[in-house]
Amino acid sequence: MSFFFNQVIIGIQLGSQYVLVALGLTLIFGILDISHFAHGHMYMIGAYLLYIIVVRGGVNYWLALVVCMAALAVAGVVVERAVYRPLRGQPQINTFIAAIGLILFLEALVRGIQPKALSVPKPIDKNLNFLGTSMEVQRLIVIIGAIFFIVLLQLFIKKTRMGTAIEAMAQDREGAALVGISVNRMSALTFAVATALAAVAAVLMAPLAFVSPEMGSVLILKAFVIVVIGGLGSMKGAIVGGYLLGILEALAIAYVSSAYKDVFAFGVLIIILAIRPTGLFGGRDAV
Amino acid sequence: MKKYGKAGFYLLLLAGAVVLPLLLNMSKKGKYQIITLTLAMVWAIATLSLNLVLGYTGQASLAHGAFLGIGAYTFAIFVERVGLNFWLALPLTCLFTAFLGALVGLPSLRTKGPYFAIVTLCFNVIVFKVFENWKWLSGGLQGQKVTIPSYLSEYWARYYVVLAFLILVLLIERQIVKSLLGSTFIAIRSNENLAEAVGIGSFRNKLLSFTVSCFLVGLAGALFAMVKGSVDSTVTNYLYSFYILIYLLIGGAATLAGPVVGAVGLYYLLDRIKSIGEFRYLAFGLILIVVIIYLPRGIVGGARQLWDWGKRQYNKREEVPE
Repeated sequence: MSFFFNQVIIGIQLGSQYVLVALGLTLIFGILDISHFAHGHMYMIGAYLLYIIVVRGGVNYWLALVVCMAALAVAGVVVERAVYRPLRGQPQINTFIAAIGLILFLEALVRGIQPKALSVPKPIDKNLNFLGTSMEVQRLIVIIGAIFFIVLLQLFIKKTRMGTAIEAMAQDREGAALVGISVNRMSALTFAVATALAAVAAVLMAPLAFVSPEMGSVLILKAFVIVVIGGLGSMKGAIVGGYLLGILEALAIAYVSSAYKDVFAFGVLIIILAIRPTGLFGGRDAV
Repeated sequence: MKKYGKAGFYLLLLAGAVVLPLLLNMSKKGKYQIITLTLAMVWAIATLSLNLVLGYTGQASLAHGAFLGIGAYTFAIFVERVGLNFWLALPLTCLFTAFLGALVGLPSLRTKGPYFAIVTLCFNVIVFKVFENWKWLSGGLQGQKVTIPSYLSEYWARYYVVLAFLILVLLIERQIVKSLLGSTFIAIRSNENLAEAVGIGSFRNKLLSFTVSCFLVGLAGALFAMVKGSVDSTVTNYLYSFYILIYLLIGGAATLAGPVVGAVGLYYLLDRIKSIGEFRYLAFGLILIVVIIYLPRGIVGGARQLWDWGKRQYNKREEVPE
């Protein structure tokens, strides 16, 4: 029983990073209609930035978290400005292809500078005994940190003016423009928030996994799976879907096979989309 | 007169492609260059297949890397493990990938736009993982050897075989595009709802386009296996789907020359700058972004636009004195 419990905790921790990345993606994809396929690679850039700041620069981990978030928020705005804004109003497939260009660019950039996988030390390198199982403290940091930022995002969307403007745009873009919400400013803001969330996921997860140039590519596909299943633009869907996928994956690794774990996740997506082409919970139609 | 000029231009190109190996054979590194060009033409066939489904029908398939790999493996297994004749294995491989394409297309073509791209990419990741982990199927790390007939053992013989198939594929695609079917595909790409409204069964035609496309990419896979002499699990990598997509878009989607220009040109160019390592893909990504923003119809589409513009300007000047 304690083995099973342990796997569920690992699943929640895996799910935490999925939720953080999928939330950013559902903001960008669901609200701005931009299939930002390079979101996982922004996450990868965040992890490398953490490595530079913490290992090379010797800066405190928690301070690095804030720096990474700020830096990636800026990077997100730059990407929106340079790549996606010139493509606004064009067929969505063009945006998707530009995102693939961005992926190739970012991955080649990092691989060209540092091809080897790196590791980041844990800020608190201890194990905790918890209900008869031993648990790394970093896993608990991931879980609690993710919950903290998810709540923070909800507060931002629901309680602040800027957040309300984002939500207004999600509901009706023309209507939002009519009442004086600037689409340009809001898409820059959405990119900043979403990419900062990816940075959070990267900083929390980096001490538990290796930092490598391709770490973002499978993650982003999973985030897309979550967003599609959870419904476009639905934050609740992204949260539930993310944790669910994490737990299912941890159990699949423990009880079935770790080599084929991605096959299950993507197979489920194909089956769901075959039955319901617009996602499980309806969501908006993607055209 | 104009018609003959066009035909003459094509004949000149063909003659150039036929004579090129003879010229290259005289240079020191000629053999390597010919093999590179042969592979580039294989990629051109793969790009032409994607052109049918993305360029003309408007469905961005990211599973073509998987189908290329499946084609290569099917061919290798037919030749090596079943013991079929080379020329029998080739069409059977194409039929098999077409059949598989229809099976994959049935559920995935129900989705639209980026959803279709994501579903097909997921399929590609699944295929890649299966080939990576299932050693019996993929032959593990050293891969699966492919024995080819002795008369194809010379590298220049393979060059001409691939060239012949490239021309065949070009002619087939031209026939499709000029026919009513081609117009049907283009109608679906332009406006699927409108196409439905005027009585075009969009799903059926999309499935047909995808199946034919998989047939052609299966051929590319088989030729890939023939040229390389062995296949391993990396041929199913989803990066290849991205590369084919890039060749197509930079060359020019929805043109016949674009895929050939994009694939042969870029593959050859990337091979020449191999020495700078990973950084060449950096340029790849940047070019892709710039092309999609400023030149959404690719090199060939852009050149054609420029040509038409120049012709209009020229005609205008002629008309003024009258």
